[in-house]
Amino acid sequence: MLFFSFFKTLVDQEVTVELKNDIELKGTLKSVDQFLNLKLDNISCSNEAKYPHLSSVRNIFIRGSTVRYVYVDKNMVDTNLLQDAARREAMSAKK
Amino acid sequence: MSSETPLDLLKLNLDERVYVKLRGARELTGTLQAFDSHCNIVLSDATETIYELVDGELKSRTKDSEMIFVRGDTVTLVTTPAE
Repeated sequence: MLFFSFFKTLVDQEVTVELKNDIELKGTLKSVDQFLNLKLDNISCSNEAKYPHLSSVRNIFIRGSTVRYVYVDKNMVDTNLLQDAARREAMSAKK
Repeated sequence: MSSETPLDLLKLNLDERVYVKLRGARELTGTLQAFDSHCNIVLSDATETIYELVDGELKSRTKDSEMIFVRGDTVTLVTTPAE
């Protein structure tokens, strides 16, 4: 649940998602669910010349399992809060 | 403290530099900010190194990112970086 909450705090922010097939999509995070499926609005593809498949797509649903990375701006994340949440998650996962 | 699981070791590395090996000849070093039981990970000030064979020659390229979420299913190992 930790990363579900993490992504919920990033809703309406600009993120870049790198998929396992190397496609990179930048867009506004609109929603996230427990599987870390993502909905992005207003996307642009940063390596469009190589991957023109999505050049006319603006809104996209991404299945969580196809994600490799999500790049986030540093100033959108409270690192102390995140580390504490990770410690709490590690404690509760033990039970 | 009595029952130590493998993931408890990761907890000791929070806010420390870690080295993460991934599938597909990729590796990352960065400051560990968060992880969960799926090995989903968030790193800050991370450097990704990708190894590729170009005409039979091993090439590597790096990519820096200030904050990166890594999906756990690509993670193969986490350790402290080599000095």
